[in-house]
Amino acid sequence: MLPQTKSRIANPKSRAMLLAALYIAQEQYGWLSPEAIQRVADRLNLTPGQVHSTASFYTMFKLQPHGKYRIQICEGLSCYLVGGAEPIIEYITKRLNIIDGDASPNGKFTLEIVQCLAACDLAPAIKVNDELYGNISLERLDEFISKLSALD
Amino acid sequence: MFEPILTQNINRPDSEKISTYLANGGYEATRLALTKYSPEELIEMVKRSGLRGRGGAGFPAGIKWGFIPKDARIQKIVAVNTDEGEPGTFKDRQIVERDPHQVIEGVIIASYAVGASRAYVYIRGEFFLGVKRWIKAIADAYEHGFLGKNLLGTGYDLDISVHRGAGAYICGEETAMLESLEGKPGNPRLKPPYPAQIGLFGLPTLVHNIETLACIPHIVLRGAEWFANIGTTESKGPKIFSVSGHVNRPGNYELPLGTMLSDIIFEHAGGLRDSKMLKAIIPGGASTPVLTADQVETPMAFETLEKAGSQLGTGGIIVMDETTCMVETARRITKFFVHESCGRCVPCRIGSLRLFEILERVEQGMGIPGDIERALYLSQNIDGRTFCPMGAALVNPARSTILKFREEYEYHIHEKKCAPNTN
Repeated sequence: MLPQTKSRIANPKSRAMLLAALYIAQEQYGWLSPEAIQRVADRLNLTPGQVHSTASFYTMFKLQPHGKYRIQICEGLSCYLVGGAEPIIEYITKRLNIIDGDASPNGKFTLEIVQCLAACDLAPAIKVNDELYGNISLERLDEFISKLSALD
Repeated sequence: MFEPILTQNINRPDSEKISTYLANGGYEATRLALTKYSPEELIEMVKRSGLRGRGGAGFPAGIKWGFIPKDARIQKIVAVNTDEGEPGTFKDRQIVERDPHQVIEGVIIASYAVGASRAYVYIRGEFFLGVKRWIKAIADAYEHGFLGKNLLGTGYDLDISVHRGAGAYICGEETAMLESLEGKPGNPRLKPPYPAQIGLFGLPTLVHNIETLACIPHIVLRGAEWFANIGTTESKGPKIFSVSGHVNRPGNYELPLGTMLSDIIFEHAGGLRDSKMLKAIIPGGASTPVLTADQVETPMAFETLEKAGSQLGTGGIIVMDETTCMVETARRITKFFVHESCGRCVPCRIGSLRLFEILERVEQGMGIPGDIERALYLSQNIDGRTFCPMGAALVNPARSTILKFREEYEYHIHEKKCAPNTN
C-alpha cells in the first residue's frame, strides 16, 4: 500500500481528535516543532502534511517557539474606540523591545496582536497566556509587566 | 420593566454551578419535555414560538428542526456553536461562563426532538474559562443523570462532549465549524447539501448558536404563546444585546427583540461618554452595515434593521461618537476580515486584501482620485461570489461607510488627513 493512501482510509473519528492532540502536543513541547507534528501524525495515523495543514490554519497553534508569557493585545474596533490597540501595542513594543509575533531577547515574552477577544465590554482587553484582563490602562500594564518580569 | 429570561440567573452567586441551577428550578424543562411531550410536539412548539437563530442569520429554529430526517435508523447529531468571534459581540461568553446548564437543557431538548443521540459542543479556543465551565457543567449533568444512558428513566440516551477551537473566526460559520470538529482546517463547505442532510461525519446535523438553545427550556416551561408574545411580528423572544464603544456602561443587556436602538444606547448603556454627540452605530457585530445617528430610532429586530439597510446579526452594538473617523473604522474592521479569510475563495482572500489596501492608503492620506469608486466596484465583485457568507459580510464596513459618510472619504483623498475633529 502506498503511504499516502494509508491516511485516506484513516478513521475519521481519529482525525476528529486532531485539534485536541495538537493542544496536548503544544503543551508538552512548548510549540509544534516538526518532531511534535510527526508524533501527532504517528499517533492518529495521519500524514505529517495533514497534521501541518490543520495546525497552520489556526492561530492558536504555534509553529515557532514563543516566550513564556504570551501577551495578546486586541486591536479590534471596540478596544480602539476606548483608547486601546495602538497605544498599548506601542508601549509593549518599546518596553520589551519586541515586535508582533516575536519573543523578547530573554525568551520571556511574546507579543501577539490579535483580533476581537469577545471582551468588548471590558475594552481595552488583553490576554496573558490563557487569562483575560480588561479595562487595561498603561499604568496597569506597566505594573503587570514589572510583576511578570520579576517572576522567572 | 422587562424581566430578564436568559440572563435571570447570571447575577446569583455561583451561578455557573449545578446546585444553584437546580435550586432555581433547573432541569424542570428537561423533565417536562422528555416525559410529557413527543418529539413532534416539541418541534411544533418551537415552530409556534417563532424562535429564530441568534447566531447571525436568523433562520427559524423550528423549521430547521423539521429538516432533520425522521428515519430512526439514521444517526443524528446536534452541534452547538460557542465559537463567538464577531467583533463587538460578547454574549455567548457570558452565557457559557455564567449559566451553562441552561444551554445544556436546550441541547438535551433539541436532541430529543430531532432524535439525536450525540451532541458536540464547539467552543472558541480563546475562551479558556468558558471551556472549563462547559466541561464542568457537562460532568455535573452526567452525574445527576441528565446526560448519558436512559435519561431520567425515559430510555433516551444522549452523550455530549466539548471540542475546543483554535482561533479562527470562520469556524463560527456552521459548515466550517463541522470541518473543524472533524479535525480539518475550517474551510466552509458548499451548500447545499445543508448540515441537516449531510453534516458532521456525513450525518444529519442540527447546528445552533448557544443563545438560541438557551431559549428552548423557557419555551418548554412557559409555552410557545408566551414566547411569541415577546418581540415584534417577525422577531420573537428576548435577545441579549452586547453594547460597546463610546458608551458609559458597556455590557450585555437582555431585552425583547424590537427594543429601540436609542433606548438601548441612551437608557440601558447610559448614553455616550463625555456627553459627546452620537455619530454612527454598528447594530449587529462588525460585519453588519453601519447606521447613522439619525437612524437611532430603529427597533432592534430582524425585519426593521433590514429595512434600515443593515442587519440584526449577533446583536453586538458598537457605538461611535462624533470624534470617530469612519475611514479608520472601515479600515480596522476590514483588516480583521483580511486576517480571518480562510483563503478558500479568491474574491474573499484577494478581494479583502485589495479593499484593505485602498482603505489604508485613503486613511493615511495617500488616497488617489477614483479610490471610492474602486472600493465600491471591488465590494460589488466580492459580495455574493464566495462559498460562505463571509464575502457578503466583509464588504459591509467599507461599502456602508462610503454610502453614508462619502464626504469623509473625499476629504481624506483631497486634504490628505482625517476630517476636522475626528481621528
